[in-house]
Amino acid sequence: MTSASAPQCFPAGDRTLVVEFARQPGALVAARVRAAAEYLLARPLTGVLDVVPAQASLAVHFDPLVVAAHHDTPDPMQAITHAVLQACLKAPAAPKARSRQIEIPVCYGGEHGEDLAEIAARAGIGVDDVIRLHSGARYEVQMLGFMPGFAYLGGLDRKLAAPRRDVPRKRIPAGTVGIGGEQTGVYPFETPGGWNLIARTPLILFRIDADARALLAPGDEVRFVAITAREFDAMKAAPA
Amino acid sequence: MSLVVERPGLLTSLQDLGRFGRQHLGVPVNGVMDEVSHRVANWLVGNEADEASLELTISGPTLLVQTDVVIAVCGADMGGRVDGERLPQWRPVRIPAGARIEFGRAALGARAYLAVAAGFDIAVTMDSRSTALRGGYGGIRGRALRKGDSLPLRSIEEAHTARWVRLLARAQHGISYPNWSVTRVNALGVEAPQTIRVVPGRHWQAFSVAAREQLAGAEYRVSPDSDRMGFRLDGFAIEARKSGAVASEAVPMGAIQVPHGGQPIVLMADRQTTGGYPVIAVVASADLTLMAQLGPRDRLRFELISLADSYRLLLSRERELTKIHEALLARLA
Repeated sequence: MTSASAPQCFPAGDRTLVVEFARQPGALVAARVRAAAEYLLARPLTGVLDVVPAQASLAVHFDPLVVAAHHDTPDPMQAITHAVLQACLKAPAAPKARSRQIEIPVCYGGEHGEDLAEIAARAGIGVDDVIRLHSGARYEVQMLGFMPGFAYLGGLDRKLAAPRRDVPRKRIPAGTVGIGGEQTGVYPFETPGGWNLIARTPLILFRIDADARALLAPGDEVRFVAITAREFDAMKAAPA
Repeated sequence: MSLVVERPGLLTSLQDLGRFGRQHLGVPVNGVMDEVSHRVANWLVGNEADEASLELTISGPTLLVQTDVVIAVCGADMGGRVDGERLPQWRPVRIPAGARIEFGRAALGARAYLAVAAGFDIAVTMDSRSTALRGGYGGIRGRALRKGDSLPLRSIEEAHTARWVRLLARAQHGISYPNWSVTRVNALGVEAPQTIRVVPGRHWQAFSVAAREQLAGAEYRVSPDSDRMGFRLDGFAIEARKSGAVASEAVPMGAIQVPHGGQPIVLMADRQTTGGYPVIAVVASADLTLMAQLGPRDRLRFELISLADSYRLLLSRERELTKIHEALLARLA
């Protein structure tokens, strides 16, 4: 747990650099990753196409031809490694943006969560207990990935963990909350998927427009708040 | 001012050089699979390289031309014909209003790129015109072409277009094209299996020596169960990493993931932004376009090269492309 140690760099092919801040994830490391990503995104280096934070590392995708030309070097990996490390050293240890507390209204069970009863049966508890445990927990957004605005959430009660379904569903509606292994998350878009479906939110998790924004960001604290099917319909009908 | 889709082909979608800058929000890159063929097709009709082109897959579409157009087709040879007459590739071709462009099955390679002078007149979504087939946005209604779709085109008169394109556009009738073409870039070898060069991936060190040797020694076949997201490879199973799963992290195009079963998957243009399987190697940038031209059941083997060699290959390929571009700009500039 030496969060202040120097980050380690690993080439991941010839156009991606991974900067690992620690071997194991943890709160301090996560804050450091977020701060470094924030810093790099705010001060784009020439030739860098994307900066993607994960739990204990971040990846920098770059155009090797642009980097090679800019630094006048035959080794763009070395040039970008040097530039990214410099930036990481200058970046603060914790992100400027405070982590937010976000409540996501969800309607559990029924047509909005077909596998709720199955999850309860597997855990040997009642459906109400599943709702209480799932909505009682505080989740942390570990990273975004998989699809636009999809947040990997940590903090699911172990009792609710359930393996992915043997036969994935072809169509899961946008806003559906699922459980896959020890993870829970909300699908921002309609998608095929193998997670167990327990609820659905009327909120839009990702807007596709010029200033595309995800509802959730790494570091956010998320709580699910149970609403009725009628409340779900009313929120869905209301203009966003 | 449009191309009308009479038959969509197996999988035809609008793509450009990709949607960058939002991978930290989970937005995938998408974009063309074979960047080289796409860039040359655009240059041939006087466009910038990042203009959207139609990506044709394995079996091409039939398109009805509703206005005089100048197009270029590069990449796999799909035996294109214009009202029965052979449509030459790797050069600009003027096609009159009312003509029908018909493509068949790809003979060599799997993907062809059709660029139109002045470009397709479609909206930009999050800085790109690329179709996100899974997300359902970008391109034409976020999906592959369907019968009856109408693809709007920008007017050549309004666009700042190279002279050879304007000259061609003024031709009086019929299909016409210059007597020159550019050298076919990025051709697949006729001899199978195709060699694809790779560099070490994020988890290269974590694989056993045996596993690393297996990767370079074995011959693979592209599984029919492959798509723009990734190529599944059938063949020798690579000894999976002992410690199993790895933390989810960003993955680049060409990443060769080794899931538990050991059958590698090569991530392509529609990959997700992050992946949770160990990555043993990554296709060298210079060979990504060759990889993109492989179709179902095509054979390949991997050859490990150093990062330095990978950059040398990429730089020399880029010099070759720059020469082509400059020659095109000089010709009838």
